[in-house]
Amino acid sequence: MIRKEMIAMLLAGGQGSRLGVLTSDVAKPAVSFGGKYRIIDFPLSNCINSGIDTVGVLTQYQPLVLNSHIGIGIPWDLDRNNGGVTVLPPYEKSDTSEWYSGTANAIFQNLKYMESYNPEYVLILSGDHIYKMDYEAMLDFHKAKGADVTIAVIPVPIEEASRFGVVIADDEKRISEFEEKPPQPRSNLASMGIYIFSWKALRESLVALKDQSNCDFGKHVLPYLHEKGSPMYAYEFNSYWKDVGTLGSYWEANMELIDLIPEFNLYEEFWKIYTNQNIIEPQFVASTAVVEKAIVGAGAQIYGEVYNSVLGAGVVVEEGAIIRDSIIMEGVTIGKNCIVDKSIIAENTVIGEGAKIGQGEEAESKLNASIYSFGLAVIGENSTIPANVTIGKNTAIKGETSDADYPDGQLASGGYIIKAGDRL
Amino acid sequence: MKALGIILAGGNSSRMQNLTDKRAIAAMPIGGSYRCIDFVLSNMTNSHIQTVAVLSQYNARSLNEHLNSSKWWNFGRKQGGLFLFTPTVTTNNSWWYRGTADAIWQNIDFLKKRHEPYVIIASGDGVYKLDFNKVLDYHIAKQADITVVCAKLPEGDDINRYGVVSMDRDGRITEFEEKPMVANSDLVSAGVYVIRRRALIDLLEECNREGRYNFVTDILIRYKSMKKIYGYKMEGYWANIADVDSYFKANMDFLRKDVRDNFFHTEPGVFSKTHDLPPAKYNTGSKVTNSLISGGCIINSTVENSVLFKKAFVGNNSVVKNCVILNGAYIGDNVHVENCIVESHETLLSGSTYIGENGIRIVTGNKNRYDMPIGEV
Repeated sequence: MIRKEMIAMLLAGGQGSRLGVLTSDVAKPAVSFGGKYRIIDFPLSNCINSGIDTVGVLTQYQPLVLNSHIGIGIPWDLDRNNGGVTVLPPYEKSDTSEWYSGTANAIFQNLKYMESYNPEYVLILSGDHIYKMDYEAMLDFHKAKGADVTIAVIPVPIEEASRFGVVIADDEKRISEFEEKPPQPRSNLASMGIYIFSWKALRESLVALKDQSNCDFGKHVLPYLHEKGSPMYAYEFNSYWKDVGTLGSYWEANMELIDLIPEFNLYEEFWKIYTNQNIIEPQFVASTAVVEKAIVGAGAQIYGEVYNSVLGAGVVVEEGAIIRDSIIMEGVTIGKNCIVDKSIIAENTVIGEGAKIGQGEEAESKLNASIYSFGLAVIGENSTIPANVTIGKNTAIKGETSDADYPDGQLASGGYIIKAGDRL
Repeated sequence: MKALGIILAGGNSSRMQNLTDKRAIAAMPIGGSYRCIDFVLSNMTNSHIQTVAVLSQYNARSLNEHLNSSKWWNFGRKQGGLFLFTPTVTTNNSWWYRGTADAIWQNIDFLKKRHEPYVIIASGDGVYKLDFNKVLDYHIAKQADITVVCAKLPEGDDINRYGVVSMDRDGRITEFEEKPMVANSDLVSAGVYVIRRRALIDLLEECNREGRYNFVTDILIRYKSMKKIYGYKMEGYWANIADVDSYFKANMDFLRKDVRDNFFHTEPGVFSKTHDLPPAKYNTGSKVTNSLISGGCIINSTVENSVLFKKAFVGNNSVVKNCVILNGAYIGDNVHVENCIVESHETLLSGSTYIGENGIRIVTGNKNRYDMPIGEV
């Protein structure tokens, strides 16, 4: 095996429960984003653009869509004879068998994979952020500082810092303290969940902590190395970076793409984002259509009106339908005369004629107010909405619904209908 | 599949005017996201043909770039594959391809090494969907020596640029006239032929000994009474790209629902090299109607009855009407462009007007802009 200087380990196993019904059948990294991409496309594209050609993708939760999306890595040029992309699910060992119980535990369970490339450095990534980043520049920083660990950090407003792991660093960027979600943050440098480890330090700490339950980088590995006095440095990143972990931030990040000049620009020749797309045909905009302030994926057919929205590939918007401020994912059909306001409609859903979605006054979600609280109507993938029903705000729907599920022909704001999920 | 494919993609045509200054017809962009040759390549892969040789000569660079991997059309890579053959100098031959038959003859070693019993020869300038298995079944059932796929002359097209075919009740071809001024049939050769590989090798070697180089005149027409040559009538949409009008019309045909359904929404699909472009973007002020818009386009104003290829840009207060806008064209602010084909990576400066008065105007030659080095024409 050719020796690799740095390999990447991409943590893509998480459920992403704060995305509600969007992740009931797919892992968060596999959720569609920006009209044609999936969230994992961003770290994978960053890898190949940074010259990293060996990527282990750790999967666990609902891996089907993720696995078929990654395949053998063709879209990212990661189909290589040496290295390339390898999907790493949990597996049974001769003496134990366990799921990945934490981020560091997942990496620990794949020591053999990493050993086989005998790398000098290991880059740990998570699969749920939207950003363009040159990991090679970060590696240069890591080498220059002689660090054991380099943590990518981004300045955030101080009032939001308590949501993140926060680092306190000196002028040399050496980290003196590390706090996971502190109630009273003393710094606004948030960890992006991107780490470069010198292989020896990583290996040593994972082995030392192998009996730690739910072993996690933020909670266990970094404090362990810090206590040992390993040199840890903060690499400051000052460009667009978005954690799309909540429905609100996910919706916002999509909407930012349709600004006249988006801060996160997908149209640059340099640093392209690659994805596995199978529809290549152009989109058709009919004589009856109006499309304004929107991005639309390949193969869409638009007969109705679309304003301020993100439409995925192969979406059909029938005549008379009006879509505003919404995310419509791949393969969705919006029936005639529908009205869709501030909604997220996941893949391959069919909306019956005349349905009205995202209407009325806001009300607290009866399912889970901490998830469904952005005034959004969210419909999970492969759902069916019958004709002429009205659906309110902060609602969640998943599965094939029929008229019987909508007393008075409506689902009031805050309501939910969950008819299908993995357990079905 | 019992056949290998040979695609004749060498051609240019003075009737294409300067659209073929920088690319072969087979590499002409069609239908927003495709190249002409994608249709025959897709037909071949959808008919489970695994081995395809593309013979090209004229302006082959653009075609070369497009055909950079078997994988875009799902051809095999270990068994079979996609091969691009341009003329080369050998110890006993330093000619360019002197004709269609000569082009195949110059690559006769390739034919000899293969094991497939049949060869499908097709041109790279047709826009159609066809299951070659059906043609092959017909060829075998008729015990034909050569089968010629025939199509009905496309509406409004001049017959004098086609091979015109008459056949008897059994389907055997009785008359084959190349580019006649007047014809007594509206059935034309679609430029697709089925023949046994061994028979093709023999015919080509014979032809070469006699110093004859053209497949149609020196094989089909010359041997038409000696060999059993059958016609296979093809159903459905067929367009042949040979002049500006047919090129413009074929693109505009994709604004028809039946044509879109045929190529976009009916299995099997049409494949092409993918380009990893972001979704099309419609900014405030965009008014797009009855148009095809491809990936990477950014639109700020009016587009009507037009086909926009990849990465076209339309500025503010402009009008694009009844146009074919090729890859990466940049249309500035306050531009009016109507009845035009705008060449790829063309720049229409702000405030300019381009109108095709009598027929279609080709807008080409103004590269007044820093062009991103993406290599694609």
